Amino acid sequence: MAIFLTGQSRVIVQGITGSEGRRHGARMLAAGTKVVGGTNPRKAGQLIDLDGSEVPVFGTVADAMAETGADVSVVFVPPAGTKDAVIEAIDARIPLVIVITEGIPVHDTAVFWAYACANGNATRIVGPNCPGIASPGKSNAGIIPADITTEGRIGLVSKSGTLTYQMMYELRDIGFSTAVGIGGDPVIGTTHIDCLRAFADDPETDAIVMIGEIGGDAEERAASFIERNVAKPVVAYVAGFTAPEGKTMGHAGAIISGSAGTAQAKKEALEKVGVRVGRTPSGAARLVREIVQSH
Amino acid sequence: MDLFEHQAKELFAEYGVPVQRGRVAASPEEAREIAAGFAAEGAPLVVVKAQVKAGGRGKAGGVKLADGPSEAEQKARQILGMDIKGHTVHKVLIASACDIAQEYYLSFLLDRSARTFVAICSVQGGVEIEEVAHTNPEAVARIPVDPLAGVDAAKAAEIVRAGGLPPEAAAQAAVLAERLWSVFADEDATLVEVNPMALTDQGEVLAVDGKVSLDDNAAFRQEHARFADSEGTDPLESRAKAKHLNYVKLEGQVGIIGNGAGLVMSTLDVVAYAGEEFGGVRPANFLDIGGGASAEVMADGLEIVLSDPSVRSVLVNVFGGITSCDAVANGIVSAIGMLGARGEQVRHPIVVRLDGNNAAEGRRILDEAAIGVVEQVATMDDAARRAAEMAAAAATGA
Repeated sequence: MAIFLTGQSRVIVQGITGSEGRRHGARMLAAGTKVVGGTNPRKAGQLIDLDGSEVPVFGTVADAMAETGADVSVVFVPPAGTKDAVIEAIDARIPLVIVITEGIPVHDTAVFWAYACANGNATRIVGPNCPGIASPGKSNAGIIPADITTEGRIGLVSKSGTLTYQMMYELRDIGFSTAVGIGGDPVIGTTHIDCLRAFADDPETDAIVMIGEIGGDAEERAASFIERNVAKPVVAYVAGFTAPEGKTMGHAGAIISGSAGTAQAKKEALEKVGVRVGRTPSGAARLVREIVQSH
Repeated sequence: MDLFEHQAKELFAEYGVPVQRGRVAASPEEAREIAAGFAAEGAPLVVVKAQVKAGGRGKAGGVKLADGPSEAEQKARQILGMDIKGHTVHKVLIASACDIAQEYYLSFLLDRSARTFVAICSVQGGVEIEEVAHTNPEAVARIPVDPLAGVDAAKAAEIVRAGGLPPEAAAQAAVLAERLWSVFADEDATLVEVNPMALTDQGEVLAVDGKVSLDDNAAFRQEHARFADSEGTDPLESRAKAKHLNYVKLEGQVGIIGNGAGLVMSTLDVVAYAGEEFGGVRPANFLDIGGGASAEVMADGLEIVLSDPSVRSVLVNVFGGITSCDAVANGIVSAIGMLGARGEQVRHPIVVRLDGNNAAEGRRILDEAAIGVVEQVATMDDAARRAAEMAAAAATGA
C-alpha cells in the first residue's frame, strides 16, 4: 500500500522548466512515476521534453490539476519563489506538496505552514529541504535515487538525504514500503510523528526506521508518540553526537542551542520507550535485519 | 548569524526602537573620545561593555561603569583583549549610563516545536529569562504570534499586558514591541531580544541590551553581510565560506569530507567512536561537499581540510545517490593532481570509502590511479577506524 505516495499518484513538477525540475522530472518518469505535467506561468501551453517523453506545462497548479487529475506536486522552484509556489499549491487544494528546495528563509516556511493550517491542512506539506518520497516499485517523487533499493516492508522516515540513501542501500535485499525524507530545516511540514502514525496504520509496513539528527525536539516528541501509539518495532539512528554547541552543521535546523537538541538526549528519549538505537548507520541497519529475520 | 550588542542596537535604532545611546570603540583612546563626547553633553557617566557573542559578560568582568573620559579609557584598556568564554574582546561599547528604575524582558523568536513565532514578555528582566522561567514561571508570558498576521498595535498591547508590565511602562513598551516585531519580520531574524528593556527614572522605556540572530538562508534578500565578523570567525571557516563550502572547524586530527549534512555528521560520530581506541583521536572538521562533488569542489575541500595544521589523516566518505561514484573517484584523482600542480603536495594519508551508485567503477578508478597516499576501505565503520588509526600513528611519529 505504501504511505502518502502510491502507484496511482499523479505527479506534477512546479518549476519543471528549470534545470533541476527538468532533470529530476525525467528521473522520476524513468523510475515509473506518473509524471503528468508541470507548471511555469510563463510557459503555459508548451510541452517539455523529459528525456524523450513530452509532458504539458500549465500556468498554475489549479490548471494542471483540472487537466491531468494531478494529486501530488514536487517543488523545485528556487528559494526566492518557493513561498508563493507552495501557497499556490495550497490554494489549489492539492493533497500533497513535496518541497525539495534548499535554503528557504524560515520566515517563508513559517508563513506557508501557517497558511496550510489556516486552510484546514487540506494539503500535506513534505519538506522543505528534503529529498522527497519514494515508494519503491510504485512511485518516486523527489530526488531519492530509484535504483538503490527494492520494494519491501520497512518504512523509513529521515531528516537526512544521504543517510536515507545509505540506509535504503544497506537494506536493499529486505526492501522498503515507503521512505520519506522530511528534511533538515527548523520548520517542516510533515514530521517524524506524522510518518510514524501512517506507517503504524499501513498494513504493508512491518518495521520502521527513523533517522534523526541534532536540533529541536522532534525526536523526543516522536519517542513519546511511539510509546503511546506504535506497536510495530522501531529502530532509530541519530547523527551529531560530536557536534559542538551553537554551530549549524550543514542543515539549517541542525544546531544545538545551549543544552537543547543534543543527540544524546534524543537517543536516551528513544531508548527509554523501547526503540533500539544504532550507534552507527550500519549498526542501525543490522538491528533492522535482526528484527526482520526474527519475525 | 548572531550579532554583537552594538550591531543589534544599531539595527533597533534603524527601526525606531528606543535604545540607550552608545558608540563602539576598538581602542582605549577611541573609548576616551566617545566618553568625552558624552561628558561634553553633560553625561559623564558611561558603561564600558565588552562586545562578545556570549552571555555572562558582567560576571566575567566585561561590563564596567566609568565616570568620565579617562576612567572610560582605563576600563576599556582592562576589557579589550579579555577572554570571555573563549571569545576575545576586540571591541567595547561605550554607552551613556541611564538611571534604571525597573528592568523588563521582551523577545520575539521562532518556536520550532510549535512551528510558529512566539513573543516572550516578562516584568522580570535583566537576568537570564530561562532562569526566571524556571524559578517563577508565572512571571514569564509566552504569546504565540501568527506569521500571517504579525504584530500590530493591538497585539503589541496584548503582549505587554500578558507580561504584566505596569501602567507607567505599558504604552511605551507596546510601541517598542511593535517596532521590534518589524526588526524581526523585515530583517529575517530568528531571535530579537531586549533584556533588559528598562524603565528609566525619567519615565522612558528603552533597550539597554539587545540580541539578534539572523537567518543565513535569507542572505539573498537581506544586507546581512554588513554584520559579518571577520575577527571572530575561524580563518579556515572564512576561506571555506568564500569558496561556498559548508565547513565547520572542530578540535581534532582526522579531516572529514563527505556528501550530505546527515552523512557528514554521522561520519564525525563514527570517527570519534573509532578514535577512542587510538588515544582519543577526534574529527578535525565538518565538511559537506554536497551532491555534485566535482573535481574542483573536491580540490577546494581537500585544500581547506589539509591546511588545518592539526590534521593528520583525511577520511573521504561518499555515498553515491544521484551522484555516481565514478565521478567522485575522478574528482579525487584530479583534486590530488590539482593540489600537486598548485605546489601543495598531499602528504597525509587519505582514506576513501565509496558506496552506492556505481561504486565498483569508482573503486576501480582509484585503484588504477594508484596514488600513494590514497587507501580505500569498503565500509564506513572500517574506514573511520583506519583514518583514526593513521592519525594516531602520524601523531606519535610511528
